[in-house]
Amino acid sequence: MSAMLVSERQPIEGTTLFDGDMAQRGYALNAMCYSFNDAENREEFRRDEEAYCRKYHLTPGQRRAVADRDVLGMIAEGGNVYYLAKLAGIWGLNVQDLGAAQTGLSVDAFKAKLLSYSE
Amino acid sequence: MTEIIGGYFTSHVPAIGGAIAKGLQGDPYWKPFFDGFPPIQKWLNQEKPDVAVVFYNDHGLNFFLDKMPTFAVGAAHEYQSADEGWGLPVYKTFTGDPALSWHIIEALVDDEFDITTCQKMFVDHAMSIPFELAWPNVDTWPVKLVPIAINTVQHPLPSAKRCLALGRAVGRALESWDSDDKIVVMGTGGLSHQLDGARAGFINSDYDRFCLDHLVNDPEALVQDSIAGIVEKAGTQGVEILNWIAARGALGARTLTKRTENYHIPISNTAAASVVLEAV
Repeated sequence: MSAMLVSERQPIEGTTLFDGDMAQRGYALNAMCYSFNDAENREEFRRDEEAYCRKYHLTPGQRRAVADRDVLGMIAEGGNVYYLAKLAGIWGLNVQDLGAAQTGLSVDAFKAKLLSYSE
Repeated sequence: MTEIIGGYFTSHVPAIGGAIAKGLQGDPYWKPFFDGFPPIQKWLNQEKPDVAVVFYNDHGLNFFLDKMPTFAVGAAHEYQSADEGWGLPVYKTFTGDPALSWHIIEALVDDEFDITTCQKMFVDHAMSIPFELAWPNVDTWPVKLVPIAINTVQHPLPSAKRCLALGRAVGRALESWDSDDKIVVMGTGGLSHQLDGARAGFINSDYDRFCLDHLVNDPEALVQDSIAGIVEKAGTQGVEILNWIAARGALGARTLTKRTENYHIPISNTAAASVVLEAV
């Protein structure tokens, strides 16, 4: 029996704690992203995304989320943002772009939201 | 006798590295953040520490999920920076201090902290950016390095209370180190931010101010929350405050004064801060 998710013990709105259950679920996707520390691997992914995802045995759900550039989907499939950021880098996306994608805001609106905390 | 000069704390947001690489320190977006550093550079240039003992977290450069130590102490002769995958420059190599590392390791295990030891490890932007901010425009880092990595990636994370205790044990090890070295303790990361999920972009200046206000004289106040509680208040990556808490612990019970503090929102998705606590 697996332990309850930390987030189920004490749910935090809009937040997934990357715990043992998520770490197991996301292992293949995160392993692929970790490989992107190497420039040759980033190039190989760019050349043939499908083959590269197969090589890392992404689950169908992970593959779909990557193909759709669906950040919340990747998180739900166990992706950890520290590793996903390396994949986002291949696509030329920074953490404001990721934030916008996850919150449904435009990038400008997301940046404005960040600035609003300083007021 | 070994002298602990105090603690230097700073955010380590990767975008800071991009701004340094592009020379944007005076840009209106960046200036309020970089303005926090001349006093820190001046302090370090006056004090001239020999060694930095740094609490930080790895972001998937050295550690992957195949092996994820809760606490890892570096014991290498040198530590290299490397490609992290998203365009930051590869930074200067750090010279280690293996004799001090092993002294800390012996002391921690004797103190019943079951740490991981690393004779080979890469250090990422969480190490290099704080050094770039403290010692800009140097050819080689003027201090030797003892890195101590805390898992802030994969839950369960060590509790804030445990991180403070780890830091205090490191502080006791430094007190018992027979040398003429001057040591600066560093904690990097934070403050509040959340990169992932529907709550991405979350920042909490009230909690950050609470941490900044209590860091000097009441670090116990920072360890009352559970990890889930800290995540709720500081965001999923704001939990990097654990590195600050451990570093504060390593400064021990000596009298400290806050020599400088800067707090600015936002840098990238993060509430950024820099602080020096000076031993008096």
